[in-house]
Amino acid sequence: MPFQAKVYVTPRKSVLDPQGKAVSSALHALGYPEVEDVRIGKFMEVRLGGDRQAATARLEEMCKKLLANTTIEDYRFEIEEERS
Amino acid sequence: MKITVVVFPGSNCDHDAYHAFKHILGIPTRFVWHKETNLENADAVILPGGFAHGDYLRCGAIARFSPIMREVEAFAKKGGPVLGICNGFQILIEAGLLPGALLRNRSLNFICRDTYLRAEAADTPFTTRLKAGQVIRVPIAHGEGNYFADPETLKRLNGEGRVAFRYVDPNGRLNDEWNFNGSAEAIAGVLSEGRNIMGLMPHPERAVEETVGGRDGRLILGSLIDKFTRRAA
Repeated sequence: MPFQAKVYVTPRKSVLDPQGKAVSSALHALGYPEVEDVRIGKFMEVRLGGDRQAATARLEEMCKKLLANTTIEDYRFEIEEERS
Repeated sequence: MKITVVVFPGSNCDHDAYHAFKHILGIPTRFVWHKETNLENADAVILPGGFAHGDYLRCGAIARFSPIMREVEAFAKKGGPVLGICNGFQILIEAGLLPGALLRNRSLNFICRDTYLRAEAADTPFTTRLKAGQVIRVPIAHGEGNYFADPETLKRLNGEGRVAFRYVDPNGRLNDEWNFNGSAEAIAGVLSEGRNIMGLMPHPERAVEETVGGRDGRLILGSLIDKFTRRAA
């Protein structure tokens, strides 16, 4: 049964995010002073096979190896069975 | 002596590097495609600038898994000199051969202009023609060259003399206005623990002839060949 994984990669809190800063200032300029911080990351959808346990372990590996650079980024993912 | 320039799909400074070594410095130079698994007895390896694999996902993230990179890592582990320029620096970082990360420029703009660099270490295979503290003019051309490392890593790099170059003003002084990409501690180039791998954001291969705006880049590329050609520094 194929799975659909949603992978979120975000800049670490300790890392400056110039894109997030620029968007945050733009939101302030547009009249949203309540915005305190914006962080911009990546969202990926990965479709994969195998059982749930294997898919989770493999995704963990993929994130560490390629999808995120753990020096500057955090990652998390959700995994769902695909509905046909 | 032989120089090998690795070519990735999307490399665009490979011919500049080839020209600098082959025609300006007179060193036998060849290209090796990233899918090859043999560096062909290279004495030094260049990872050139460009946009390998379109810089998709992150700069250098996909290129680091190219088959040739296993050879580059083995070559570097044996002490072979490896110079990664711009995108090549990004690839070396993604491969874990150099510490830190290269973030989007502080301004979010692609910056293409001359910069002034101060040599911070003269005792490396890339700086024998330079004196510590010497200032040279070399261009940058990148969107992601904002060097980042955690405080502990920065401390270690400084302590071990592994910061090779810093961005400075024309007088050789640290000046935030001349640190265009916003790099931590104005770092432009770093060395590996063994000092045989250097990553450098600026482009020495684009500064080898007066007609294209200077020849200070020869001091870096020339240093690399001295050990093999026994030419006076």
